[in-house]
Amino acid sequence: MFLKSLLRRGTLPLLAGAALLLAGCQDEPRRLPILGERDVRANPNGGPADTIFATVPAFRAHDQNGKLLTNQSLAGQVYLTDFFFATCPGICPKMNGELLKVYQKFGQTPGLHFVSFTIDPDHDTTAVLHDYAQRLGAPAEANWRFVRTSKDSVFALARGLFTAAMPDKAAPGGFAHNGTFALVDGRGHVRGLYDSLDPKEVARLQEELPLLLAEAQESRKKS
Amino acid sequence: MPRPPLIVRWLAPALAAGLALLPGCFTNKQHQGERLYAQHCAGCHGEQGQGLGTLIPPLAGSDYLAGHRAQLGCIIRQGLRGPIVVNGVRYNQQMLGVQDTATHRHLSPAQITNLLNYIEGHWGNRPGPAGPRTIAETQAQLRACGER
Repeated sequence: MFLKSLLRRGTLPLLAGAALLLAGCQDEPRRLPILGERDVRANPNGGPADTIFATVPAFRAHDQNGKLLTNQSLAGQVYLTDFFFATCPGICPKMNGELLKVYQKFGQTPGLHFVSFTIDPDHDTTAVLHDYAQRLGAPAEANWRFVRTSKDSVFALARGLFTAAMPDKAAPGGFAHNGTFALVDGRGHVRGLYDSLDPKEVARLQEELPLLLAEAQESRKKS
Repeated sequence: MPRPPLIVRWLAPALAAGLALLPGCFTNKQHQGERLYAQHCAGCHGEQGQGLGTLIPPLAGSDYLAGHRAQLGCIIRQGLRGPIVVNGVRYNQQMLGVQDTATHRHLSPAQITNLLNYIEGHWGNRPGPAGPRTIAETQAQLRACGER
């Protein structure tokens, strides 16, 4: 509920705007904000307090080729997520069609992955996901994973990734959800949220994604 | 100056009023089909009717459209379930019936007629020997599947 009202009131764009303004004060390249709740913990040694940022909930999922995917296997990688289901007659084709366009542009970037979580794991078996990926036109054996995990886990994940998703008998196909793309950094922080149904938002994603990729490359160099 | 005849005195304001109302006759109706397509169909079937992979069938150059003219009104109203073959490719994705999302109402027979005439006259599609649809044809199709 809190997240919903947060999204509705436009706090996130404000935060993003504030980050943009702050970036203007420095000579460093613009950095995407870390989204979500944060916790400030006092330092027991008396130094500056630590800020603990929210991270994507832990998950264990299997992709369209039966391969395991976890948040640990994605550690250090930038990834873009959405939530769909194979029989979805509503917004999913549009949403995954938009993600396909982003994939066609950025899919070959090393260190970038695409993850589409099914919210209907009962129906969407490995075989169904494999067929869906193929029909959508996502290349086989690629870094775009169509994954299933347990129902509990996927709805918790959706919350962690700021996506409204829940079973709803009245909704087309039996699930109500929105078309949010979430951009996640190598430490599991959500760095961008985009409404896939709005062409302006998809354009913003294509502008912001290179910023995060540059940041990831920078931190790889340092380590 | 002599006073103009009564008929002119009446006619002038009536003409003026008529002119003021005229723009109402030149609505954008002839582009209604195109607008409805962008609003209700393009999300899945693509801006150029190209479809999406082999998940969503194309409308451009579609043999299914040519072969199912009599069912198209009902497909727009009620959607479609179960497998179909379009240009030799099998598709099996549920299609929802088209509703105006703002009003949650069905498209009217006139709207469906304009929409189908747009689809059937673009992207390599041809209306066929029967020519463009009439509202009466759409109404007859809708009656046949229990709609109105």
